[in-house]
Amino acid sequence: MPDTLTKFIFGRLTLESLPLHEPIVVATFIAVALGGIALLAAITYFKLWTYLWREWFTSVDHKKIGIMYMVLGLVMLLRGFSDAIMMRLQQAIAFNGSEGYLNSHHYDQIFTAHGVIMIFFVAMPFVTGLMNFVVPLQIGARDVSFPFLNNFSFWMTVGGAVLVMASLFVGEFARTGWLAYPPLSGIGYSPDVGVDYYIWALQVAGVGTTLSGINLICTIIKMRAPGMTMMRMPVFTWTSLCTNVLIVASFPVLTAVLAMLSLDRYVGTNFFTNDFGGNPMMYVNLIWIWGHPEVYILILPLFGVFSEVTSTFSGKRLFGYTSMVYATVVITILSYLVWLHHFFTMGSGASVNSFFGITTMIISIPTGAKIFNWLFTMYRGRIRFELPMMWTVAFMLTFTVGGMTGVLLAVPPADFVLHNSLFLIAHFHNVIIGGVLFGLFAGIAYWWPKAFGFKLDPFWGKVSFWCWVVGFWFAFMPLYILGLMGVTRRMRVFDDPSLQIWFVIAAFGAVLIAAGIAAFLIQIFVSIRKREALTDPTGDPWDGRTLEWATSSPPPAYNFAFTPVVRDNDAWWDMKKAGYVRPLSGFKPIHMPSNTGTGIILAGFSVALGFAMIWYIWWLAALSFVCLIATAIGHTFNYNRDFHIPAAEVTRTEEARTALLAAQG
Amino acid sequence: MKRFGALLLFPLAGLLSGCDLVVLAPAGDVAAQQRDLLVVSTLLMLIIIVPVMALTVFFAWRYRQSNASATYAPDWDHSTKLELVIWAAPLLIIICLGALTWLGTHLLDPYRRIDRIEPGQPVTQNHKPLRVEVVALDWKWLFIYPDYGIASVNELAAPVNQPIDFRITSSAVMNSFYIPALAGQIYAMPGMETKLHAVINQAGTYSGFSANYSGAGFSGMRFAFHGMSDDAFGQWVAQTRTASAKLDRDSYLDLEKPSENEPVRHYASVDPDLYGAILNLCVERGKMCMSEMMSIDAKGGLGLAGVRNTLPLQYDKVARRGAIFGNDPSYVASICTAEEAAAVSRASREDWPTYWPAKNLSPLRGAGLLRPGTDSRSAEADTSPLGMLRREL
Repeated sequence: MPDTLTKFIFGRLTLESLPLHEPIVVATFIAVALGGIALLAAITYFKLWTYLWREWFTSVDHKKIGIMYMVLGLVMLLRGFSDAIMMRLQQAIAFNGSEGYLNSHHYDQIFTAHGVIMIFFVAMPFVTGLMNFVVPLQIGARDVSFPFLNNFSFWMTVGGAVLVMASLFVGEFARTGWLAYPPLSGIGYSPDVGVDYYIWALQVAGVGTTLSGINLICTIIKMRAPGMTMMRMPVFTWTSLCTNVLIVASFPVLTAVLAMLSLDRYVGTNFFTNDFGGNPMMYVNLIWIWGHPEVYILILPLFGVFSEVTSTFSGKRLFGYTSMVYATVVITILSYLVWLHHFFTMGSGASVNSFFGITTMIISIPTGAKIFNWLFTMYRGRIRFELPMMWTVAFMLTFTVGGMTGVLLAVPPADFVLHNSLFLIAHFHNVIIGGVLFGLFAGIAYWWPKAFGFKLDPFWGKVSFWCWVVGFWFAFMPLYILGLMGVTRRMRVFDDPSLQIWFVIAAFGAVLIAAGIAAFLIQIFVSIRKREALTDPTGDPWDGRTLEWATSSPPPAYNFAFTPVVRDNDAWWDMKKAGYVRPLSGFKPIHMPSNTGTGIILAGFSVALGFAMIWYIWWLAALSFVCLIATAIGHTFNYNRDFHIPAAEVTRTEEARTALLAAQG
Repeated sequence: MKRFGALLLFPLAGLLSGCDLVVLAPAGDVAAQQRDLLVVSTLLMLIIIVPVMALTVFFAWRYRQSNASATYAPDWDHSTKLELVIWAAPLLIIICLGALTWLGTHLLDPYRRIDRIEPGQPVTQNHKPLRVEVVALDWKWLFIYPDYGIASVNELAAPVNQPIDFRITSSAVMNSFYIPALAGQIYAMPGMETKLHAVINQAGTYSGFSANYSGAGFSGMRFAFHGMSDDAFGQWVAQTRTASAKLDRDSYLDLEKPSENEPVRHYASVDPDLYGAILNLCVERGKMCMSEMMSIDAKGGLGLAGVRNTLPLQYDKVARRGAIFGNDPSYVASICTAEEAAAVSRASREDWPTYWPAKNLSPLRGAGLLRPGTDSRSAEADTSPLGMLRREL
């Protein structure tokens, strides 16, 4: 009887579920627990809980939510990168009969977690955070269309991340590779909780991503400043719009395919099983119908960042704005017509394979056009090599190589010999690190002064830059070579000793990248220490061109005291040239949304629901589901949604800025 | 500085010469053609990549802020001519590459029988293809030679310069069958059959493996592929026939249970219906084969009564549990005897011809073009439905 009771209360969660037999995990747990306790104690000691709750956790301010997304991305980057360096170490030593230091149970979780975390919980939060922070400022809006939804989306993304992190210490993560192909991910071959953690983490985070996509589309379509026609939108806003269209159109596919996989695992349906008419190939198609647009969801906003940075630091209008916009739109549409290139080797006919190969190559035309446009923006410019511009040049050199190997993999017969090899790994890291990550660092260095009112320290930024760039080439060029030697991905041990030297070089590259990450963290720390010296009172440190530079740094809660009027696509540049004068009087009360804790509470219940479903704790699942619905309904009765910032307070804020600007002369 | 850079390249060249870039130097004609396509595509793309990279560095250096002598045109943002060039140049490259891709993909379609042994040596009636049935197991490879009635685990042998005709399936999860020296890979999937046609041109031992992650024992899922002279292959077959083990349904069910780093094994004889049963997921006696199920369904199915035609699962290769809210694990019971089912499965696979007809070796053209040597469209139209239609009109 007690046994039944325990089972009722804890589901399949037992003491054996804790990975106490994995010394590496235990050590990590102790470190994380100590760090976590220290952090919580510090917050309590400095009495920061109320401040955090009122000013950040419940905030509906798009700028604060954007910053919180970036913090989430950074924290998860550390986790995802630890996985990477563990893999590099394992592959560098598992030769000549050595099993390395990771057994397959642990190693297989690590490469799965690395992929899932880097895509869903590093790249996505970074990209969403950047869009959240910048887009409303760039279009002259006061917030996004649905500020509460924005807060809720963020906390759902955190909820997904919490579930992934929980899998490290309670139970295990999936051992399937980051896309969890069935039948391996089916209940027959993965009966443990790993795949359930995968499913629920992605479902919870997916709600956030989809809603934030809807939110940003509405914001861009409906909330642009007067005069900002579609063809006067900054390029970053354009690429954000396309990205969010991609999110809204493709994430439901992921949700649906994961729901079908869950049905297979929970109620014994046969969508993707071997027997009873199931078809795993359907899963592979569906997941890539989401998965390929996902690649463009990640890279498009960064194309926008590079456009802004190149134009600003070359002191020049962006070359070929119109063709840049059309190239982005073409990429958006084409990204739905290429998914099959991820599995040419599944046995489709030659005509199908060539169709998808050729559509993939066609994408390289608008992408190539973009590269040329940046190139000709630099042409006859006055290029200031500040950090964002350094990242941009590094991107242009790195990304073209990655693009080339990508087109190579789009040739089906070439893909037959390179598919799933380390060449493929090198290719997509080449575009994701060389494109997405370099772009994020460019964007962070570029908009940091806007967010915090002081620049980032250039010395540590340069250290980080060189470590990253050089480290990247050391870490991934050997993988290209290993791919040509016929070495496949996800291997844990090797029997050919001649491969080892390349893995050692790759591991060295990973160490350099680790130094790059450390230098980035030091850069942030040093910059905060030296913020007085690095301060930028003007709000326009780079001689910017778009509207976000028109307001103060950091911008007031209401962004703009008066909504700007736009006459040109480099709106702020145009205003500066036309001798724009800041209005100093006539301020009116500003209508703003109120903070609410509902988002974090809903996300908390979602995490509980996910955790309960993973561990078969049905009472908790039912309870948290009921609470979730009740809270959502309850929130509709919350009439305390908005307030007005009094004109006196606006005047006070603006006068403070006037004084600050006057002090500059 | 430049000389120093060149010096830095020396150790790299040394390293590269020490390693075996098998994808770039394969021993089979199919892989060699795939390699050629890879190299040609790379060179084509370098036409545009190299100038772009050079221009990036040059512009970045030339228009740096400290270079006051460079022209500065802050409002120059459009040039129709330049726009035409930057869209047209990649477009032209992609048109060439697209044409290459279309042709290459059709010529090197793994399902298409090869038509040459090596450049200049077409396949003739004298080339009897070696048939190999490949089964990816957890975590080892089973190779069945239906022409010789033998089988091996984690070892594959084939005579050089003779076409090899692979039929590939899997017992449990998805794998990918890949011998880099021989030809590109193709997925091995349970309940499905994929095909690969290839030829090995140089004798030697090459490595083969699964190129799609399939679970805990994946790293050890490797096998040796021996390209042998005709004599040596004959000896290998004879030697395999002296092995003591036989592969029938029962020993297969033992073999397919998950195991890691399996040694090479030989089987002197193989149940001729085994591969069909593996492919149709019905090695266990009493289980309905997929081919049987499909032919029943094609004739209208068993109706409602068929829903109850299941039995509780007795055997499974892994410790499988049903879904928590699902029915107990079960299988669809066969309504034929095992022998009848085997006969159906055999009949459905009789299409495997014993020799390959010599093919028209003229280069492939697009669908709308004539083959060289064909005088008029009517000569081809005779065979197409459209042609018949035209004649009727």
